[in-house]
Order: sequence, then structure tokens, then C-alpha cells
Amino acid sequence: MHDVHAPAAHHGPPTTFISKHVFSLDHKVIGKQYYAMALVAAFIGMFLSWAMRIHLAWTNAAIPGLQILSPNGAPGGVMTPEYYLQILTMHGTMMVFFVLTTAPFAAFGNYFLPIQVGAEDMPFPHFNMMSFWVTFVAFLTLCAAFFVPQGPPLSGWTAYAPLSAIGPVAGPGEGTGQILWAASIGLFCIGQLLGSLNFISTTLDLRAKGMSLMRLPLSAWAWFITSCIGLTAFAVLLPGCILLILDHVAGTSFFIPGGLVLNDQLQSAHSGGSTLLWQHLFWFFGHPEVYIAIVPAMGIVSHVLITNMRRPMLSHRALLYSMIAIGFLSYVVYGHHMFVSGMNPFSALVFSFPTLVITIPATIITLIWLGSLYGSQLRINSASLFALGFVSMFISGGISGFFLAQPSLDILLHATYFVVGHFHLVMGVAAMFGIYAGTYFWFPKMFGRMMNETWGKVHFWMSFVGAYCIFMPFHYLGIAANVRRYSAFVDDYLQPLIPVHKFITIAALFTGFAQMIFLFNFLHSLWFGEKASDNPWEGTSLEWSTKTPVPWNNFDTIPVVYHDPYQYGVESSTGDYVMQASPEQVKTLHDEA
Amino acid sequence: MGRLFAVTIIVIAVASAYPIIMHTWVAPQDISTHGYLIDNQMADTWIEAGVAFLSSQILLGIFIWQGVSRPKGFKYGTFPGGAKVLVIAGFLLVGTEVLALGVFGTKAWAEVYFKPPSADAIPIQVQAGQFAFYFRYPGPDGKFGPLHPELINEGQQNYLGLDQTNDAASKDDIVAAEMAIPVNHEIHLLMHSKDLGHSFYVPELRVQQDFVPGLDLSLHFTATKIGKYEIVCTQLCGLGHYNMKAYLEVMSQADYDAWLKQEAALQ
Repeated sequence: MHDVHAPAAHHGPPTTFISKHVFSLDHKVIGKQYYAMALVAAFIGMFLSWAMRIHLAWTNAAIPGLQILSPNGAPGGVMTPEYYLQILTMHGTMMVFFVLTTAPFAAFGNYFLPIQVGAEDMPFPHFNMMSFWVTFVAFLTLCAAFFVPQGPPLSGWTAYAPLSAIGPVAGPGEGTGQILWAASIGLFCIGQLLGSLNFISTTLDLRAKGMSLMRLPLSAWAWFITSCIGLTAFAVLLPGCILLILDHVAGTSFFIPGGLVLNDQLQSAHSGGSTLLWQHLFWFFGHPEVYIAIVPAMGIVSHVLITNMRRPMLSHRALLYSMIAIGFLSYVVYGHHMFVSGMNPFSALVFSFPTLVITIPATIITLIWLGSLYGSQLRINSASLFALGFVSMFISGGISGFFLAQPSLDILLHATYFVVGHFHLVMGVAAMFGIYAGTYFWFPKMFGRMMNETWGKVHFWMSFVGAYCIFMPFHYLGIAANVRRYSAFVDDYLQPLIPVHKFITIAALFTGFAQMIFLFNFLHSLWFGEKASDNPWEGTSLEWSTKTPVPWNNFDTIPVVYHDPYQYGVESSTGDYVMQASPEQVKTLHDEA
Repeated sequence: MGRLFAVTIIVIAVASAYPIIMHTWVAPQDISTHGYLIDNQMADTWIEAGVAFLSSQILLGIFIWQGVSRPKGFKYGTFPGGAKVLVIAGFLLVGTEVLALGVFGTKAWAEVYFKPPSADAIPIQVQAGQFAFYFRYPGPDGKFGPLHPELINEGQQNYLGLDQTNDAASKDDIVAAEMAIPVNHEIHLLMHSKDLGHSFYVPELRVQQDFVPGLDLSLHFTATKIGKYEIVCTQLCGLGHYNMKAYLEVMSQADYDAWLKQEAALQ
């Protein structure tokens, strides 16, 4: 039996509409708020990607409604080259920060981490509330960039300096729009730092009696590891954003060297800065960010798969230690984004080796998933389909990482669509599949109703086939040296590739339509879904021990934990599983931790 | 539905690999002396990655098929040898692959970056700026004159900021909007940005290198095939990024000498 840990900082039940639904201290409401924000951001990001894809396939096509968003950027609905880049920047920023970071980590983590460890709430509920609201202000700040004169920045989600630092002279959106971008991301960092602190202290200090670290579900472990990564990664990007703003408004030159000439004007106000400094600061955050998106998805998918395979993972520890190894290695690989950036070429080899090495824990995780599927009795539902789809996408996207980890191959593939295909599959689509697996799996607990399974499966099939039709051809384009971030393909050698772009655009419209089906199913199920029981999937972890809907303090009585997280394949009074909080003694197939 | 999904995964995996195996889309033909090292490394990586991709997706499909075919109440089976086998396999297979790719891949990188240019390499300076490349040849004196950023004036066609009145070394410098080089002769490219980050990418030459404002870099390469190729920018540099390009003409030595004379007359 394990120590009893300190209870959460108590706050009473909310008494007003505002304290219950708006400025809530309840981690569950905060989790839902994060989810709702991510949902809005995801659809904005998706509509932006539709606009980009239509423009790339049919450059002079008028996109209905776009002229309303920006009469100058899209006169008559036809996108200008600069507006293409502005939309590209907003798509990337919206998706990476406000969807892939918030949904799998902040949304699901907020809702389920305290419940899965057996706590009433997080230890710092006010910080937690601040975490969401600061992030929400960051989201509004980013959206505001659409509506300022000259519009959003055009420097991409990576905001490379000096394009991002030198001001409006560099192009449309590089004044106010870029400052809003940097302010938004700076605020976002603060929000995630506050969240990470809460996640770490919840995991370490608020576990229920009997909940040893090894009895934590893999999803809880994934959120814990991610919060440790986030605590250091966001702490580096935050000062980067502050310095970028200072270059704009305070006359500093952190990222701007001297002697630059734009529009025939010598930029004499700046000198002495380093453009590579921004890249180092950005990618020191940027590569761990990949794992901030994917590690929670790995945890969620493992959790969903186990429940539907009706068996524990082949090795809980191997999977867990591999996730921890990925967390550590994520800091020493970031230079692979900069092989041809102009940094010392010897550094490329230093960064290449750990980048190749990180494939070892990633492979072990994949092999553990495959080895666990072997000999399982698999239940197919929307959640498990998306979890299995995640595994397939993770394999496909991960393997293309072999190429980009090698500096010599990066000479050919850097800044091509190969990179776009790689990171969209491994970080974007895989993480989205993790989010969908979590949504179909936990919707009953979060909202008290079941999602429609038929529509869920239609959503899955269209998304799975559609995503492959979009992102595999991106790799082919990259092999043929199709450069990314072009608003039109005017180079002679790119002309034969335009039919591939048209195919991708049709696939993107098709896949996007599938997300509309999801949205309809989500909203419809909120009100008209079948009422959910407390444990519809016959799960074992603590979220299934408490009532549906979950009471404001999570548990009527704080649970005591008696078992490992995944005791499936046993014979108990409940069937083939025994819940963590059940005192029933059963014969297990593995020794418990 | 589970079985259909299992089959779909395998079909998608095979269909995804098919264009690679059939070389439906390939990199532009290599025209450099070092490019074969990159291409060989690429081919090796395709084999290793292809085997890993197909085997893992096919196994995923097979295990899903088996998993959904089992009756309810089935007691799960353990993978032969358990997790240990898989962890050791992961370490050995990927570890070997990592070492092989890491060690052999270094050769191509070193050829481009660690080997200095030969003494008779032709120096050519390339300046990148929104949204054009300009190329400077040192002229008969073999020296580049200094750059004066404050003198840059595109209206007066002083793209690089040369002071050809006062700087002796600049007087015979040749500035062109296209790059001409002789075939089978090493080029030492000196890279300078006048404004923002840009990149020099010629897929056929197997070179790609960013321009770093405030930091002049260099590259060296030898083209082996006469022809006209595109130089494109791969570093996002603003609204005209997509259209920032120049042409590289690889010529015979005689044609190159004639081209230099012709350009010198135009200065």
C-alpha cells in the first residue's frame, strides 16, 4: 500500500453561472474550455488550408467569401501571393499552438489527469484558470492579426528573422501583424507554463492512496512527461518572443544584423544582431513541441487501445521508458531543422546522430503496440479505429524522419514538400487521430452522452483514406524537389507536378468535409446522444469509477487504488477486467507493480 | 469492418510504396561530381525505410485482422518471446540502421562541407535579395571590390552597392542576373544576402544552402553536364518568394569565356 498524498487545494462548488462556466476553477470545465477553443481553432485552420490548397491547384480561382475576410488580400476572392503566405502563417500557428498543443495536452489533460490520479482538482486552481484565460487571450490576439491593416504576418509559423523582426519594410503584415503574432505566442507560452506546473504537481503530489507512479495510466504518464517538456521548451520561446517584439518596438537588434538594404534603403537603425539566434531559440522550443503534440496522443492512443484490446500492453514499462527517453532526446535534436541554415556544418553531424537515435524509442513504442495487438481480442469502434489509424500514421510519418535526420539527404529534401508530408503525418494527422480517439472514447464521460458510432465510423474512413491521399503525395512532390511555401509554381521543373497538387486539393476538400461530419456528430450528440453509463467501454482506470456526469469534486469519496491501471483479461465479478479502485482480488496474468 | 480496415491498411501501404518502387517521381537528374554520394545514400535509405514501412504496416494489418476475428472471451496470447524480443529487436535493427545511415551519410556531407575548394576553383559571388539573385565575377584582376550597402540602387542598376569609380578592384567586376559556369570546373560560390534570409537551391546540382544576413558563407561544386537549370529560393523571404529564381547555364569552357567577354562589354 502506498502513501496517502496531500489532497487538492479545495474550492467549493461553483455558485454562479460565471464561476461555473466562465471563470471556473474546476479542471473539468477548464479542460472543456480548452477543447472548445481547440475545436474553433482547428476549423479556422482547416478552412485556411482549404483556401491554400485551392489556390495552389487553381491559382486564379476565386474563393467565395475570402474577399470579405481581406478585400486587399483576396480582391474578388482571388488570393494575392502575399495573402497566401499570410494564410499559411496563420494556418501553421493556429494548428501547432492552438490545436495540437491544446487539445491532446491541455484539454484532455486538464479534464482527466486529476481524475486518473484520484484527485479532487489540481493543486493551483487559480493558476489553472489563468492558464486557460491567458491562452484564450493569446488566441484572440492571434485572430486580431486578421483584422489589422496589412493583415497577419507572412513569415510562416517559424517566423524566421530578420523577415519577422525588421518591420513593415519586409512585407505586408510584418508590422502590427507580426507583433500581434509574437505577443500571442508569448502569452501562449505563459499559459502553458502555468498549466505545466499544475500538471507536474498534480501527478507528483495529488495521487490517491495506492496510486503509485507505476499504477498511473499511460495517458497520465504522457501528460506528465509532456508537461516536463513544456516547462522547459515554452520557457525558451517566451523570451524569444519578447526579444522579437523589442526588435519591433524598442529599437533593439537582437535578430537583425547591420548593413541590410530593403527597398534600396539601408536599415541603419539596426546592427549587431544574429538571425541564427532566433532559429536556435525557436527550434529549441520547436522540436520538443513536436513531442508536446505527439506524446499525449501516444498516451491517449495506448489507453484507448488497451481498453479495446482487452489486455495490458506487452510491456507497460518499455513503453513508458521509451516515452521518457523521447522526452529527454527531444532537446538535443532540434538542430536537424537547421542543417543548411548556415550554422557550423560540424554541428549538423552532432544533431544528426541523436535525431537518428530517437527513432529507437519511437520504434520500441511502435513494436510494443504491434506486439500487444498480436493475440488480442480487438473491439472495433470509432475510438479504437482512430487509435489504430494513429499507429499507421505514426509509422508512415515517423519513417520519413529517417531521411530528414541525415544532413546529406537534407541538402535535397530540405524546404520541400517532403518535409511538409513528414511533419503533417507524424505531428499533425497522427496527433489529430489521437485527439479523435480521445474524443470518441471520453465524450461519454465529459458530456454524459454517447457519440453516434455510425457517423463516427464514416468520419474515420473518410479521414483515414483522405489523409493518406493528401500527405503521401506530398512526399512524392518533395522527392521531385517541389519547394514548399510557394504561392504558385512558376518554375519550369515544377510544371509536371501541378496535377499532383490538384489531386491533393481534391483529397483535402474531401477530408475536410469529413471533419464537418465530425462536428455535426459532436454537436448533435451533446444534446441528442444516447445517455452514457458510468463505464460504457468497460474501462479500468479511475475516470470510469466515478459517476457520469462527473461530480464537481470528481469523486463522492476519494478512491483507494488496489490495482495496476490495466487489469484486463482476468476473471472478476465485473467480467474480463477489474477496476483500479476495486478491492476485489483476482488472479492476474502479470505480476502487479 | 475490422477486417476491411486491416486490408485497407495493407492496400494503402503497398499503393504508397508503388510510386517509389516504380520511380514515378524522382529527383532531377544529378549533374554534380558529389551528387552520386547523396543519391546512393538516398537509395540506401529508401531500402531501409521501405522495408520498415511495409513490414510494420503489413504486420499492423495482419494483427488487426486476427484481433477482430477472435471470439469474445478469448484469453489474449503473448507475443513469442515477449516484450524483451521486441525491445532487443528495436535496439538492434534500428540501432544498426542508425549507425549505418549516420556513418555512411557523413561521407556525402563531408564532400560538400568539410573539403575545401581547390585552388583553381572559380570564385563567383552570389547576392540574394528580395526577390532576385545577382552574380558577380571578379574580372581579370581576380579580385572582388568591396560592397557598400548604402550605394545599392536598383534604379541605377547598382544591385550590389559597388563603387566602380573609386574602388580599383571593382572596376572590372562583372555583375549578371544569370549564372554561367564552365562544365567540369569547380566553382567556389561566395554567398551574400543584402536583406533577409534566402536560399540557393539547384536540385540538379545537389546543393542547397541558406543565405544568412550578416554572415557570408561559401559553397563549392562542380557541374558535369552542359545545360540550363533553375536556381530557386527555398527560404521564405516575402511576398515574391515563389518567383525568386535565376538560371544557371553550364557551358563549355569556350562558351563560358565568350560569355564572360560579352558580359564584361555590357558593364
